Amino acid sequence: MKISFTINGSAQSVEVDENTPLLWVVRDVLDLKGTKFGCGKAACGACTLHVEGEQIRSCSYPIKMVEGKNVTTIEGLSSGDSLHAVQQAWKEEIVPQCGYCQPGFMMATAAMLDKIPNPTDEDIDKNIQNICRCGTYYRMRKAIHRAAAIKSSSE
Amino acid sequence: MTENNKKKKGFSRRKFLVRTAIGTGVLLGTGYLTRHMWRRTIFTEVDKGESPYLGDASTPGIWFEITKDNEVILYSPKVEMGQGTHTGLAQIAADELEIDIEKIIVKHAESASTNVDPFATGGSTSIMGLFQPLRELSATMREMLKNKAAEKLGVAVTTLAVTNGVISGGGKSMTFGEVVEGVTDWVVPDVPPLKAMKDYKYIGKPVARVDLHDKVIGAPIFGMDASLPGMLYGSVCRSEKIGAKYIGADTTAAENMPGVVKIVKEKDFVGVVAKSYQEAENAKNAIKAEWKVDRNWTSADIEEMIEVGKGKPVVIQKEGNAKSILKEEGIITAEYKSPLGAHAQLELNGALVNVEGDKATVYISTQVVKITQDEVADRLGISSENVNIKPMYLGGGFGRRLHTPNAIQAAVLSKAVGQPVKCFFNRKEEFQNDTFRPPTHHVMKAKLTDDGKIEAIEHNVSSGDVMFGSALIPVDLSGFLGADVGAWRGGMFQYKAIPNHRAVSWRVKLPFATSWWRSLGLLANTFAIESFMDELSIAAKKDPVQFRLDHIQDDLAGNRLKNVIKACAEKAGWKDGVEGNRAMGFAASTDASTPVAQVVEVSVEGNQIKVHKVTCAMDPGIAVNPDQVRAQIEGCIIMGISASMFEKMYVEDGSLEPTIYGPYQMAQMRHAPKEIEVVLLQGVDKPGAVGEPPIGPIGAAIANAVFRITGKRLREMPLELN
Repeated sequence: MKISFTINGSAQSVEVDENTPLLWVVRDVLDLKGTKFGCGKAACGACTLHVEGEQIRSCSYPIKMVEGKNVTTIEGLSSGDSLHAVQQAWKEEIVPQCGYCQPGFMMATAAMLDKIPNPTDEDIDKNIQNICRCGTYYRMRKAIHRAAAIKSSSE
Repeated sequence: MTENNKKKKGFSRRKFLVRTAIGTGVLLGTGYLTRHMWRRTIFTEVDKGESPYLGDASTPGIWFEITKDNEVILYSPKVEMGQGTHTGLAQIAADELEIDIEKIIVKHAESASTNVDPFATGGSTSIMGLFQPLRELSATMREMLKNKAAEKLGVAVTTLAVTNGVISGGGKSMTFGEVVEGVTDWVVPDVPPLKAMKDYKYIGKPVARVDLHDKVIGAPIFGMDASLPGMLYGSVCRSEKIGAKYIGADTTAAENMPGVVKIVKEKDFVGVVAKSYQEAENAKNAIKAEWKVDRNWTSADIEEMIEVGKGKPVVIQKEGNAKSILKEEGIITAEYKSPLGAHAQLELNGALVNVEGDKATVYISTQVVKITQDEVADRLGISSENVNIKPMYLGGGFGRRLHTPNAIQAAVLSKAVGQPVKCFFNRKEEFQNDTFRPPTHHVMKAKLTDDGKIEAIEHNVSSGDVMFGSALIPVDLSGFLGADVGAWRGGMFQYKAIPNHRAVSWRVKLPFATSWWRSLGLLANTFAIESFMDELSIAAKKDPVQFRLDHIQDDLAGNRLKNVIKACAEKAGWKDGVEGNRAMGFAASTDASTPVAQVVEVSVEGNQIKVHKVTCAMDPGIAVNPDQVRAQIEGCIIMGISASMFEKMYVEDGSLEPTIYGPYQMAQMRHAPKEIEVVLLQGVDKPGAVGEPPIGPIGAAIANAVFRITGKRLREMPLELN
C-alpha cells in the first residue's frame, strides 16, 4: 500500500504493507538509523519519535496511521547545524554512555518540553518512561532542566 | 625497545606501527604447595584484578594514521560500550603525541588491521591495561615524527619541539600531516621518557566524550545500524524451552510468504532470509521447528540447586581458625539470596555479515573481536584472516557480548543467499538466550568477642557458573580451580584484621547459560557480606562505619579502603538512625583493588522503598577522566538499584521469563536518586578498575537503611517490603 507523509520536513511516499511498524519504514526504507529498535512492544521507548509533535513508540505504530501526517525523528530535531535545546543540554551535561537509548529519551523530552516548558521533577518522572540500561537517568534529569532553561532563554 | 626494533620497517604511507611490551602473567611456583594453598594463591592474585594489555606485540598492527588535515586516527583494539574508554584512550594519546584532543579521531580497529585484542573488552581493564602501553606507543610515535621531520627540514632533531601536531625548530616547521607525506619506511626508536603526570594536559581532566556529538545526533554507529547495498534480513528459529535441541523443521508454510528469499536448513538450526525485517520475522513464525526437550524446568528446580551445601565446596580465602571457632556456642548466622538477572542491554545481539567467496565481513557489536572472527571462520570453513570483523559501537555491553555467536548464523545465511544478511534477536529471544547473572545463596556466620569485635567470620556462597563454560575461557578450568573466579568475585572478606576469616565457594552448573554480568559476583556477594556486617555492628552495639574501620588491616589495600570509608561518611554527614522519614545505610566493597564506599538516604512510603541520595567515595588510582569516572559511578549506582530492587528472571513451564521490559522490571527515571555525590581519592599512582567496582555496595546499603526505618531485615534481592 502507498502511504504518504512528511518526515523531517520532506514529503515522502512509501510502498509497504500498511501494518508495517513506522520504526522499520524509518530505519530500513528511509535509512534514518537514529530511531532505535529496543523491544518491539512499546515497552522501552528506544524507538520514540514524534507524530504531529506527540511522542510515539514507533515499533508498535502501523505506518498506515501516519498517512498525511508530520513525522519527526532525531535526525530532524536539530535544524541544520544548530542543535535542538535538548541535544545541546545533553551535550553540556555529557549524558550518553553507550548512547543507544538516548535518541528515544531526547525525543520524549523534546515532546514534553513543548507541552510543559518548565517541568518539575514530578513532571519528568511521569512523562519520561523510557529505559536506559547504563543508568544515565541522573544526568538526564539535569539535562532536561537545562534544556528547559536553554529553550526558555532563546524564546 | 631492543636494538632489533631499530631496523627499518616497511611501513605503508601515513601508517605507523609501534611495538609494545606484553605484560606477562603471574608465574607461581606451585610445586611445594598443597592444592588448596596454590588455589588460594591464584584466587588472591586474581582478586587484585591486575590486567595487563594482552595485545600481541609481535604481530604487525596499526595504531595510528595521520590524515592530510593533520588529524590522528587512533585505531582502538578496545571497543566502546559506554564506559568512555575511547575518550580515555584519546586523552592518553593526545598528551604524549602533543596534539590537541580535538584532532584525535578514535575508531575501532578492524580485525583485518590485526590490531586486535586477543582477549576481550571487559573486566574494567581497558584504561588500566593500556595506560602504560599507549603512552609509550604515542611517545614513540611522536619521536618517529620528530626524527623524520629533522630529516626533511635538515635540522638537528634536538632543536625540534612539538606543539599541537606541529613540529618546529630552527625557524622552520611542519605539521604531522606534512611529515608523513611520501614517507614509506620508518625507524622505530627506543621508547622515550614519558612526561611527568603534572605535565599532562588531558590525563586527569574532565574532557568531554569523543563520541558525544554522534550520540546526540543519532548517528548510525551501532551494530544494528550497519547496512550494505543489497542487504537482506535474516531470522532464526529459537525454542522457548531451556535445553532444547533442534531436530528439524517443517518450513512449508513459510516458503511462499511475502518477501521470503530463502529458507535455510542447517544441521543445528533453521532460518529464513527475507527482504525486510518484518517479512523475515513473519516467515520465521510460520516455520514449525521441532525440538527435543529433556526436562521441563521450573523455578523450584533452580532454587533447589542453588543452596550452600550442595555441589563441591572450595575454600577461596582462609586465615586463622574460623571453621572450628564457628562450631562453638553464641554464633550469629544469617542467609541471603540473589535472583537470576538479565543483562537487558538495549541493543539486541546480532550481526550484519557479507560472505563473498572465501571471504567474510562482519559488522557487529561485540566485546570479543577475536573469538567472533575465529568462530565465523570455523563455521564457514575459511581461514580467520579471511574474516574481517568491523566492530561497531555497543548499545550496552555489561558482559553480554563476551560471546556473540549470532554472527555465525548471520554468516551462514549470507553464504546461502550470496548477499549481505543482517540477523538479530528479537527481544523475547534476547531475554531467553541471555547469559545470565547467576542466582546465589549465601550463608554467613560470625562470632563476636565480649567487647564487640569479630573474632571469626565465614561466608559460604552457592552460585551458578560465571567463568566456567564461557567462550572467553576456552580451556575447562573447573577441575583445576574448583571455584569459579567470577562467581566468588567480591566474596572474599576485605576485613583482614578479623583474626579468623574464611570464604567458601560452592559451584552449581545450571541448565542454561550463566556468565559475565557487570562486576560478576560482586553485587550479590557484597549484598550478603555487607548486610551481615551491618547486622553484626548492631549486635555489637557499634556504629556500622566505625565497626568496619575496626576490622580493616593496616596495609596499602586496607588504608585505601579506610580512606574511602572515612571520606564517604564525612561527605554524606553519616548519622546512624532515622531522621524525619529517612535513614542512611552504609556499605563498602573492594573490587579489582578499587575500594568503594556508599551511603544511601532512603525513605519508605507504604511498601515503596525510595532512594533519595547516594554518596559514593571511590579510589580508582589515577582517574584519567574524572567526569567519566563519575559517570560510571552514577551508572553503576542506578544499574545496581535496578538489579537489587526490581529485577528478577524466573523459570516457568520450561521457559525463562519474563521476556519483555516492564514484566522484567527495571529502574526508570522515577527510581533514580535525585542526588549523587562523588568523592574520588587517589591512593596509587596508576589507573585502576572503574566500570564495575561502584556497583558493589548499593544493594546492601539500601537494605541496611530499610532496616533502620522498618526494623525489617531484607535478606533477599530484589529488595521488597510486603
